[in-house]
Amino acid sequence: MAAVLRFVNRTCFGSRMGLQCLSLSRPVAVAKLVQDGASAGKTLPERVKIVEVGPRDGLQNEKTVVPSEVKIHLIDMLSEAGLSVIEATSFVSPKWVPQMADQVEVMMGIHRRPGVSYPVLTPNLKGFLAAVNAGAAEVAIFGAASELFSKKNINCSVDESLQRFEVVTKAAKEAGVPVRGYVSCVLGCPYEGKVSPDKVAQVAKRLYSMGCYEISLGDTIGVGTPGGMTEMLQAVSREVPVNALAVHCHDTYGQALANILIALQMGISVVDSSVAGLGGCPYAQGASGNVATEDVVYMLHGLGIQTGVDLPKLMDAGAFICCSLNKKTSSKVAQATCKL
Amino acid sequence: MGQKVRNPESIRDLTSEELQGVLSGVGASAGKALPQRVKIVEVGPRDGLQNEKTLVPTEVKIHLIDMLSEAGLPVIEATSFVSPEWVPQMADQVEVMKGINRRPGVSYPVLTPNLKGFQAAVKAGAAEVAIFGAASELFSKKNINCSVDESLQRFEEVTKAAKEAGVRVRGYVSCVLGCPYEGQVSPDKVAQVAKRLYSMGCYEISLGDTIGVGTPGGMAELLEAVSREVPVDALAVHCHDTYGQALANILIALQMGISVVDSSVAGLGGCPYAQGASGNVATEDVVYMLHGLGIQTGVDLPKLMDAGAFICRSLNRKTSSKVAQATCKL
Repeated sequence: MAAVLRFVNRTCFGSRMGLQCLSLSRPVAVAKLVQDGASAGKTLPERVKIVEVGPRDGLQNEKTVVPSEVKIHLIDMLSEAGLSVIEATSFVSPKWVPQMADQVEVMMGIHRRPGVSYPVLTPNLKGFLAAVNAGAAEVAIFGAASELFSKKNINCSVDESLQRFEVVTKAAKEAGVPVRGYVSCVLGCPYEGKVSPDKVAQVAKRLYSMGCYEISLGDTIGVGTPGGMTEMLQAVSREVPVNALAVHCHDTYGQALANILIALQMGISVVDSSVAGLGGCPYAQGASGNVATEDVVYMLHGLGIQTGVDLPKLMDAGAFICCSLNKKTSSKVAQATCKL
Repeated sequence: MGQKVRNPESIRDLTSEELQGVLSGVGASAGKALPQRVKIVEVGPRDGLQNEKTLVPTEVKIHLIDMLSEAGLPVIEATSFVSPEWVPQMADQVEVMKGINRRPGVSYPVLTPNLKGFQAAVKAGAAEVAIFGAASELFSKKNINCSVDESLQRFEEVTKAAKEAGVRVRGYVSCVLGCPYEGQVSPDKVAQVAKRLYSMGCYEISLGDTIGVGTPGGMAELLEAVSREVPVDALAVHCHDTYGQALANILIALQMGISVVDSSVAGLGGCPYAQGASGNVATEDVVYMLHGLGIQTGVDLPKLMDAGAFICRSLNRKTSSKVAQATCKL
């Protein structure tokens, strides 16, 4: 199996990012860790819910535009693999995200397995209405813990974005549609650098209060390490019950599984991941992004934790989408597993 | 033909009571204090290069080791005194030992599979050596053509000679969390081998997840068994990242009191048992995690990354370190 060498032009931004990130891995005093750790010594969850974000978060960050039939087949394979939540598509304007232009076809085309949820992203009321019209039974909204990130990403402040979302959650409540909330940049921001755990907690609390049943905390640029994860989860779990929290770790610096492990130790039992590790990091060209579902499931099963996922079938789904994208998997489990 | 899937060496065969014990054990590990300082044992120049197909010129090896010394690593495994017939990459063992710039306070251990190798190593200036045992009979047989017991007897000759020469010996145990031939490996077997190595005079025992199949629960179980026989401060972990589990396994090891971690710059050294798969965990990624945890290592991460970039250029390969991949170099 020959290795494919990809020579990538790295950007100046990446350089600033890189150096900035080296100092972002902020030391947490050991004494504090002990004190924090004492409250974290709980038993690991017996069961973890995996939220599969490959078809949306993953594909959205892949350059190659994928045909609708491929997306639909991927989602069907993921359903077959036993995943209970599969983020299917996004109701943002196709102008902004061409990859998700076939949002309606995808929603109509997928084979919905009983007991499986297929949430879709809805950035505003318009997107929400279109989503429900297309058959969505669950939606997701994205806040950020960093003002600069919010400004650059969706051109408004965090507060303004939350007000926008309140419109969505209100409509969703009336329509009986559950809403999942995401907070980006929980362990670091590509523009602001350090992010305060209390700011993350505030945003998470707002999303939870407005009706989100679950809040997914995203280490958007993957700079977090277990100490920072611990601090952040402690702050957030003072405002939102821990069983309404999820972690969305990026593996850009290889820290994802360690961060997930510490989160499990702190009582988290919902983990976001992306089949084959789809979706690179838009802030560090050539770097990886989402953690690979196969690798997460491998760790969880090794720990004796149930997920309901059939790992070989999951790997088939990963192989399928990588073949379609003509790219190598980012999952180490997949790389290590022999194909004859 | 279908896929050959390796399932993790899970602990699903335990009773639900035993499983609860492991889950709460791993959970409770979070409550313990992490070490304030971790010693990194850099194995790139030996373990890493040994598993790279491209033969590396002597000057390149020497320069790599010098750059790693500059980066603040306190232990750098320099070469191996095995027969060049078996390991051509290490044929220049003597030139490397003579050529490196030895930084004060830094140790440069070398592998010595037997007495002959040991004597050659000392002659070439080695002040510390390493011996490799295995926790799996089949692995031992296939790797060095003798049983675990026979290999330990052979090593006793080395440790005896080393003691007389005042040379420190580090012991390694392979396949501690799984074997490519035997499959599951018993933690008690690992503990026995570790105990033998420690009793014969090894100052430190590095426990190697040779094929990277281990997960944190298995690591916790293993370390509990081994630390009943060998003091925890004489233990190290040598995790392979073949299944992406290395940092999680290292984290749990730290939580259990381990403060010595083996790793390889740029993640040099693929897995010889799964073609195309990764092997050693990348030192850069380990250091990133440790520094993020507030743990001191003495390592200068930018300089370490320079060393990684250098060796990858020389090998004409991409780095396996995610930290390096994420960090732009102009």
